[in-house]
Amino acid sequence: MKLTKIAAGAAALLMAAAMTACGGDATPGGTDTPVATDAKFAAGSTMEKLNKAQKITIGTKFDQPLFGLMGPDNKPVGFDVEIGTLVAAKLGIPADKIEWVETVSQNREPFIQNGQVDIVVATYTINDKRKEVIDFAGPYYVAGQSFLVAKGNPAGIKDVESLGDNTICTVTGSTSEKNIKEHTDKVITVDKYSDCLEPIRTGQAQALTTDNVILAGLVDQNGDEFEVLDYTFTEEPYGIGLKKGDDDFRTFINDTLEESEKDGAWKKAWEDTAGKVLPTPEPPAVDRY
Amino acid sequence: MEAVLSNLDQYWLGFKVTLELLVVGGIGALLLGIVIALLRISPIASLRAVATGYTELLRNTPLTLVFFFMLIVLPSLDIKFPNPKIGAFIALALYTSAFVAEAIRSGINGVPVGQAEAARSVGLTFGQTVRLIIMPQAIRMVIPPLINVFIALTKNTSVAAGFTIVELVAISKSLANANGNAVVPILLGIAVCYLIITIPLGQLAGWMERKAMVQR
Repeated sequence: MKLTKIAAGAAALLMAAAMTACGGDATPGGTDTPVATDAKFAAGSTMEKLNKAQKITIGTKFDQPLFGLMGPDNKPVGFDVEIGTLVAAKLGIPADKIEWVETVSQNREPFIQNGQVDIVVATYTINDKRKEVIDFAGPYYVAGQSFLVAKGNPAGIKDVESLGDNTICTVTGSTSEKNIKEHTDKVITVDKYSDCLEPIRTGQAQALTTDNVILAGLVDQNGDEFEVLDYTFTEEPYGIGLKKGDDDFRTFINDTLEESEKDGAWKKAWEDTAGKVLPTPEPPAVDRY
Repeated sequence: MEAVLSNLDQYWLGFKVTLELLVVGGIGALLLGIVIALLRISPIASLRAVATGYTELLRNTPLTLVFFFMLIVLPSLDIKFPNPKIGAFIALALYTSAFVAEAIRSGINGVPVGQAEAARSVGLTFGQTVRLIIMPQAIRMVIPPLINVFIALTKNTSVAAGFTIVELVAISKSLANANGNAVVPILLGIAVCYLIITIPLGQLAGWMERKAMVQR
């Protein structure tokens, strides 16, 4: 008797949880990328190893709408995920053989260095300090930092010069935090970009700052409450992180990116994900440093 | 190592805030915890019930949820703190007070009940019994577990990083992001900062235990 009661209660809770869970209508990525089944690679190369193993581990974000967001079926979706899937397909690895691992700012470089992930595609800004310990293929996209404000911009924020006494929210330890602190001291920081929305709603902050594409994803998720300024004050080239010194693999990924930019796969990946909210940009030229 | 040394000012910023959370949250928890412990041993049944309910509720709620309530739920009900730090102090004090109360209660329960009965039989009031007979004996048994509670509190302050408070863990994220070439040393440096607080506390607990061994 008691057991059935508990079961009924648990079922009710689960139902409630399922009903309140955020519904995403994004399709799991990469299902339509043709897998290079007859791909041949140089003996001993990383490409051959991955192809032989028929498995690749990719680090990405799990909390970034449009780029890498954990979906209801336990698979991340977004532009980064599509790019990762493209690379895997060129290696002859189907999408269902990719192991997605969540990477955050404190573990990206260590995960690459000690081989816990093969590549990282995680809105990962290319910079010189990181290049000391890992290598970057790409960039495959160039974002710029902007501001998300309440609809109608009641605080009247136009650019970094007009911040005044407004409090700006961003993610602890992000590149965005470093950039905004060069312009104002009134910064609060949280764990995830979406955690900045509540402070804006309650007036504890007047704006959220990070890369414009991430902001667009948040606006998309929250209907008509917020807007993104049509303005950027930085350039953030997103690259694919891989083990330092693996030049063959880097060249291979760069070739893959260039090819996908030519044959329309890049464009399709964009339009299936971020392109639902943002205009399709010109893909950037890869940097074969 | 170079990355750690060149960012000592950042470490200090985070260390100060962690220490602040520990001290303010700890004092709050101690005061609240003493009151709750006294309620739990009081002769009045309804007070005992209130204290038991409070302890069980807070002890069995994840700290993250307590923080969430203080810093997300309350502001959305228009109850705002002038500074989120105040909310963090309250969250830590409330949560830890339940553990403090339990530590004190177990110390009090360690005093043989005959002591209290004897005190009452010579005509001391409840207040006098607690103040003059039970507490002086209980305090020796309370201090080591209490210090363990504060060591746990030191580590629990890190939850505040997720709620706009820039303490050691928050600093570790910004430093790791800014120094992709030295993530591991940066994080080790943060761990050392915590050890600077917790190891002396542990030593203190050991020393006090030896000092105040209950002589029976």
